[in-house]
Amino acid sequence: METSTILFYLFAAVILISAFKMVQSANLVHSALYMIASFIGVACVFLLLYADFLALVQILVYVGAISVLLVFGVMLTRRGDILESNPFNSLKLAGILVSAALFLMLGRLILLTDWKLTAPAATSGTINQITDLLLGDYALPFEAAGILLLVALIGAIIIGRGVENKK
Amino acid sequence: MITLNHYLILAAALFCIGLYGALAKKNAVAVFMGIELMLNSVNINLVAFNHFMSHEKLTGHIFAVFIIVVAAAEVAVGLAIVLSIYRHRKSSTIDDMSWLKW
Repeated sequence: METSTILFYLFAAVILISAFKMVQSANLVHSALYMIASFIGVACVFLLLYADFLALVQILVYVGAISVLLVFGVMLTRRGDILESNPFNSLKLAGILVSAALFLMLGRLILLTDWKLTAPAATSGTINQITDLLLGDYALPFEAAGILLLVALIGAIIIGRGVENKK
Repeated sequence: MITLNHYLILAAALFCIGLYGALAKKNAVAVFMGIELMLNSVNINLVAFNHFMSHEKLTGHIFAVFIIVVAAAEVAVGLAIVLSIYRHRKSSTIDDMSWLKW
């Protein structure tokens, strides 16, 4: 077997096992840690696909920022015992059934579709091309994403601070 | 040899685990974690399609960057809403958030 094949199965196992443990864990902090492991696995898969910039962004944004935000959310909204902080609701069985059915359907569609593949080539560095595209062809969506981030920032501050009812 | 199908199946499995977490969990923060997993699996799909179907142009990477932006904005606003609801109701359980239902 090639090295890349072994690495793919290794990273896929890390992603799927930690994602499953994230859902199954009864402790919300453990869930957050498993989620971080899963995100790091996804970053490694990006590296296997020669997406070096996206792997770095994945580590920086997901592992560095979003998971810290989620852990803060856990800490600020905790009540009672942390060991039982992440229970299932009454839809557990229905959730399993729906997800399994969706997975079988997606898997069947993926295996039946005749993809028009081109020969994949190893690229050396994607950052130059991504900057060209972001500031060239996709300049307008780039600005819109900036405005979206600004609006989300202001909205999060206002909602999080709470509106004072002064009469 | 790892083909496109391997990556697509991996992403589909990750998406379904995320969906299971988002559907079957009581805590709002756990539901957010499930949604983040689903967004991540979409990113894997985009990058894999880009690599195997049109690697000359990095359109899939650009889309993945925008999805990461939207995910960051979503998590910031969503957690602010959860904190705000927690201040009023002293609970972050989704079943308790039924103000708009009668």
